[in-house]
Amino acid sequence: MSTPAPGAIDCDIHPALPSMRTLLPYLDDYWRAHVQMRGLERDNYTASAFPPNAPINARPDWKPAAGAPGSDLSTLQSQVLDTFQSRYAICNVLHGAPAIFSEDLSAAFCRAINDWMRVEWLDRDPRLRASIVVPMHSPDLAAKEIERCAADPRFVQVLVWEMTEIPLGRRINWPILRACETHDLPLGVHAGSSYRHPPTNLGWPSYYLEDYVSWSTGFAGVLNSLISEGAFVEFPRLKVVLMESGVSWLPAWMWRLNKTWRGVRAEVPWLDKSPAEYAREHVRLTIQPFDTPPKVEQLLKIIEEIDCEDMLLFSTDYPHWHFDGTDAVPDGLPERLVKKILVDNPLKTYSRLT
Amino acid sequence: MNVTVADRRPDNSSQSKLGIVDCDVHPYMKSPADLDPYLSERWRQHRQEIGARTRGPFAAAPNFPRMSPGTGMRHDAWPKNGGHPGSDLPLMREQLLDPFDVAYGLMMPLLGRGGDERNVEFGAALAHAANQWEAEVWCDAEPRLKAGIQITTEYTEAAIKEIELRAGDRRFTHVMVPPRGLEPLGRRRYWKILEACAANGFSIALHLGGTSGHPSTGGGWPSFYHEEHPSYPQSKEALLTSLVVEGVFEHIPNLRIALVEGGFAWIPSLCWRLDKHYKRLKAEVPHLKMLPSEYVRQNIWVTTQPIEEPEKPEDLLATCEWIGWDRIMFSTDYPHWDQDDPRYAFKVPLPEKEKRMIFRDNAMAFYGLNA
Amino acid sequence: MARHVVATVGEIAPGSCKIVTVRGREIGVFNVKDEYYALINRCPHEGADLCLGPVIPRFESDRVGDYKLTHHGEMLRCPWHGWEFDIKTGQSWCHPDSVKARSYPVEVVPGEALAKGPFVAETVPVIIEQNYIVLDV
Repeated sequence: MSTPAPGAIDCDIHPALPSMRTLLPYLDDYWRAHVQMRGLERDNYTASAFPPNAPINARPDWKPAAGAPGSDLSTLQSQVLDTFQSRYAICNVLHGAPAIFSEDLSAAFCRAINDWMRVEWLDRDPRLRASIVVPMHSPDLAAKEIERCAADPRFVQVLVWEMTEIPLGRRINWPILRACETHDLPLGVHAGSSYRHPPTNLGWPSYYLEDYVSWSTGFAGVLNSLISEGAFVEFPRLKVVLMESGVSWLPAWMWRLNKTWRGVRAEVPWLDKSPAEYAREHVRLTIQPFDTPPKVEQLLKIIEEIDCEDMLLFSTDYPHWHFDGTDAVPDGLPERLVKKILVDNPLKTYSRLT
Repeated sequence: MNVTVADRRPDNSSQSKLGIVDCDVHPYMKSPADLDPYLSERWRQHRQEIGARTRGPFAAAPNFPRMSPGTGMRHDAWPKNGGHPGSDLPLMREQLLDPFDVAYGLMMPLLGRGGDERNVEFGAALAHAANQWEAEVWCDAEPRLKAGIQITTEYTEAAIKEIELRAGDRRFTHVMVPPRGLEPLGRRRYWKILEACAANGFSIALHLGGTSGHPSTGGGWPSFYHEEHPSYPQSKEALLTSLVVEGVFEHIPNLRIALVEGGFAWIPSLCWRLDKHYKRLKAEVPHLKMLPSEYVRQNIWVTTQPIEEPEKPEDLLATCEWIGWDRIMFSTDYPHWDQDDPRYAFKVPLPEKEKRMIFRDNAMAFYGLNA
Repeated sequence: MARHVVATVGEIAPGSCKIVTVRGREIGVFNVKDEYYALINRCPHEGADLCLGPVIPRFESDRVGDYKLTHHGEMLRCPWHGWEFDIKTGQSWCHPDSVKARSYPVEVVPGEALAKGPFVAETVPVIIEQNYIVLDV
């Protein structure tokens, strides 16, 4: 791994909500009273998909003395923005609010998180941009929240998790996709699950390592769904960014879905090109973590098989621990490709960045 | 992608001289009543009155309707005298065993098996009956065919009894452990069964399929077979992850497992992923003494079908290299729609030695078949 | 290349196919609405007997969720992996430029013209009053 050049665009960092109490000033009167009556501000709705102290989610030298990693702006500024001299960094809050079962309560918390993000992060550092957190199990309310936040150009993306209640491409989710396309917001699909279902089709694994490894299979499911359901036919300008996916599963996935399509495409006759072509046109992936093979020539083979220089986007995945020091870029990538990954591809993906 | 269209049929080329081993052949019943002779009166009656009770919405059809008749059969495999594709031995000989000089065909029956049955007593009875049927109707008539022992993993004692019953019977070469039980296969509730496979000298074939009741993706049920079919590799990834991470191979180091009908191109990236993230989360799984990829190298074999077709066909060679040529075994999946033809499955010429390993030698050794 | 008499007009019903062997190649001769086309009886993908597959329309869609049938009787679906081919050109639906089933020129020739030659009529006896299907192979 090597250090990225200054001026890169970091497409995945994770500021953390210090506590539910932080949201109280950002809730409207009704929901503040409701939350306080139930004592919810004392509860902890951290997403179980990302135990904050698991080593993979908290790099040792990025762990603050107190509070959750990523919860303090000045620490984040010095550890990631200053260190990497990023031009922009896109904040993806991985909180449990979008997984709350009551659609309205979930929406209220998501609104509060977005307003907290605007006031306490975006207003305080011009390098920061953010993804809109939405109640993803409630497509209409999610679309409404996208409409509300889209007026602020510092929101550059919509954030959902890869594993929710219903596969992302399903028509019931189209209000979210439509709002993304309308407002030039890529749909950012992040690793993780709201655990409406087990993370694999075999059932519930015992270990977090198994869940973590399963995230890449979830992304394959997301792409199978978005492509098969015709999301990119219905929304031709839609861009989808897969974050924290591992990347190297992509070629084998392309080969397999292409193969199925050739024999089964009459079931989904709206597809007029191969699944891999839809992916190359519409799908982007952040590079941390990159499940790199042990040898550089293997990595280059994977890059050659992906066969598209536009797909990869730089990310540190701060404060998650996938590399040490500033070695955020996999070794051996051609220089021209690295430049695209660091700057050109993010700029092309996020039209709200200039 | 470019495909060369040769004008003439090839001779059956070098594979035919090898005498290949086909690691995935599907015999079918002519009717569900075929099992009746092997069921007790109590279970015959149950079969007729209640029938199979699995964990999906349809009594006798898969969750995702297939794209060709017979729930996804080869169009040209319907016997002229009636019956389901795969139910007629002479036609199987004519289409598969004879023209490709199949030395051994490993049978993986999918209908009537008890693995998915909610009533575990009935499931065990079905598995037992299906094993008798395989041995008597198929193996006794065609010694090139080898039987898989069917079991129900949700009824440990019956499963072990069935495995022990078949030990020493040369007609049976492998245990068909249903890969989608109520919990991931690596969990401790299944260890006794896996121990019994190893203790009785059987290799395990994990053929995809089954209905655990959990959605095909971690994000819910898809709409189309166009999603279900490509989700099989993800199911295999979860299976491999479970077996490795739960510590099965640390507990039973001599377990030999073949992953059947999931393709194989996904294996290298999964191994890289397992190794990378294991290093961060090691403290959670102290029972693992080696890198995850080392357990895969030690305990896992894989069959080829449905073979991945890279956009550049030669890319498959690198994939095989990364997995290890000694771990890959050819399979047709006859008579399913997505079966592979041994003459054309690989779109890139294989070196002679590796071809021999994939089409014959690896499987001979894995299943303990005689040359 | 030589011209081979392979069938009489009327012998192959509209929508069906006759498989003939010419110079060692199996070729399927199709009657599509009384026009004749010929494709090699082998799928370029994995070698299936292509012409044993069902003749189908094109399953198409103008937008997601809308469905329509076009080109009735003009597509051939491989009996194995379901790849679809245009009977008139041999082009595959998914990769029309790179994956094709070999096609052969077919024409209908009156018996009296056949009598003048040069034609190869290996199996089909020729009489003057009849029209014949002739393959260029």
